[in-house]
Amino acid sequence: MSVLNKSAHELASMLVSKEISSVELTRAQLDNIDKLNPRLNSYLTVTHELALTQARQVDELRAKGEKLSALAGVPIAVKDNLTTIGIETTAGSKILQGWVPPYNATVVEKILSHRMPILGKTNLDEFAMGSSTENSAYGPSLNPWDLARTPGGSGGGSSSAVASMQAPLALGSDTGGSIRFPAAVTGTVGVKPTYGAVSRYGLIALGSSLDQIGPVTRNVLDAAMLHDVIAGHDDMDATSLAESLGSMTEAAKNDSVKGLKVGIIKELTGEGFQAGVSERFQEALELLVAAGAEIVEVSCPSFQYAIAAYYLIQPAEASSNLARFDSVRFGLRVMPEGAATVEKVMAATREAGFGAEVKRRIILGTYALSSGYYDAYYGSAQKVRTLIQADLAKAFEKADVLVSPTAPTTAFLLGEKQEDPLAMYLNDIATIPANLAGIPGMSLPVGLASEDNLPVGAQFLAPARQDARLYKVGAVLEKLLENKWSKSMLDFAPKLEVN
Amino acid sequence: MSEITPELVRHLAALARIEVSEAEVAQFASQLALIVESVATVKAAVSDEIFATSHPIPMANVFREDVVKPSLTQAQALSGAADSESGRFKVSAILDED
Repeated sequence: MSVLNKSAHELASMLVSKEISSVELTRAQLDNIDKLNPRLNSYLTVTHELALTQARQVDELRAKGEKLSALAGVPIAVKDNLTTIGIETTAGSKILQGWVPPYNATVVEKILSHRMPILGKTNLDEFAMGSSTENSAYGPSLNPWDLARTPGGSGGGSSSAVASMQAPLALGSDTGGSIRFPAAVTGTVGVKPTYGAVSRYGLIALGSSLDQIGPVTRNVLDAAMLHDVIAGHDDMDATSLAESLGSMTEAAKNDSVKGLKVGIIKELTGEGFQAGVSERFQEALELLVAAGAEIVEVSCPSFQYAIAAYYLIQPAEASSNLARFDSVRFGLRVMPEGAATVEKVMAATREAGFGAEVKRRIILGTYALSSGYYDAYYGSAQKVRTLIQADLAKAFEKADVLVSPTAPTTAFLLGEKQEDPLAMYLNDIATIPANLAGIPGMSLPVGLASEDNLPVGAQFLAPARQDARLYKVGAVLEKLLENKWSKSMLDFAPKLEVN
Repeated sequence: MSEITPELVRHLAALARIEVSEAEVAQFASQLALIVESVATVKAAVSDEIFATSHPIPMANVFREDVVKPSLTQAQALSGAADSESGRFKVSAILDED
């Protein structure tokens, strides 16, 4: 078995026992990126030299017998909306083409301090607005399971990199499902932590009350280990939680779901979900029941308004956040013809630098926040948020975790929904409530849909601050599934033919 | 009839400092009309008694120690600017000539 197919925790042990060096491992990863990335477009920037320098340093420290952290020497990919000193950071937008940030995101500082070599920056829908990476100014990433399909979005670069062995680990950000949906359609694991559990400092903001950074990996234990690296209080983020939520790595070592109450969300099953998705989802539930979990049905009636509320709140926050791209302090500047005021320069720059979806959302957000409409739209959307939190609080009285399919369908074809923004938005039906409520969610692969042989994800949700529950149930279900299959999810993936 | 007219799109784009083309105005007006019609369902879901949630995890008065910490140098802060002069960001005229 190639080193590329190993999980991050296996690689970590191999590094400790000196079966492999970080330089060897990082070089193997970079070679695979050089082979696959020209076709898959998972990475926007590959940092060959930096990664190898970092790998060499960690090997030297290990040789000296220095105490290193668990994932030291394991390379990682970083979504391109996280700032990185000395590495171009575009957020998938033309307006930031060529921008090299003078500061690191807190999560980047953390992976550097844990001595994890950075392989490069992964593709995303422009400013993370989208569910397919088709809104990236640099072209879509492709799904390694079927190159005609999306790897999900917005974090499709990270999911396609991790699923195609171009990185054992990646960082993502999740505003309405941008970690969990790409995970579901690529057969990988994606976690959105509790809002505030991971610092957002240095994440190029989309919807500030919704955004959260989290792990993108090939299995639950890897996600837990990366989660532990990036979580924790940060003075640089005023919404950062003061308290620690405990060790996710410990939680991922759980081996029992006896007595665990799993709540099926009535509104997120049945009608509107692809048959093969529902089938795999049901089988996963049966495995949990056979292992001693108890299934209860819960109802969250206000979820029917979640997408509507989200597509008011998020564009509203985005319209405000993206005001910073003003051609003055960073990014593109376009000079209109003739004498121009700074305002005209801004308007010309933003016209040239932003793509259609970004403009649509800024205009929608401006509308939702404008005087006379504010109460009806933005105000009502925030009230829906209260209703969703109340539904979830009630559901969590009956269940320890909630579960649903992560997405209504498997990966859709590139181009299929590009001309219909509303159809694209409906994709996020199951993932959005967690962002509106601030609770943690995990997408876990549960098999292939029988009609198209594409990956299906199940999503678990837990109450705020109870992220550990996701890892406890996720670890057990993953083991049950792997025992049933006698292999892991990505072993089902077709061999990639690229030239 | 939708409230999202081409005039409104032009006005909102001007407020957002985006110089949209006429083709975009037409396209956005029809797309946003559909989107607004769909998101307007939130109005029916709520009443006056329900309070608004602006932040998912309630927090108040987040303070940190008032101590000076290392921050960007002037050169670093200016490193991404399209134009600068004498250590400052340089922009075109703020006001029109007339």
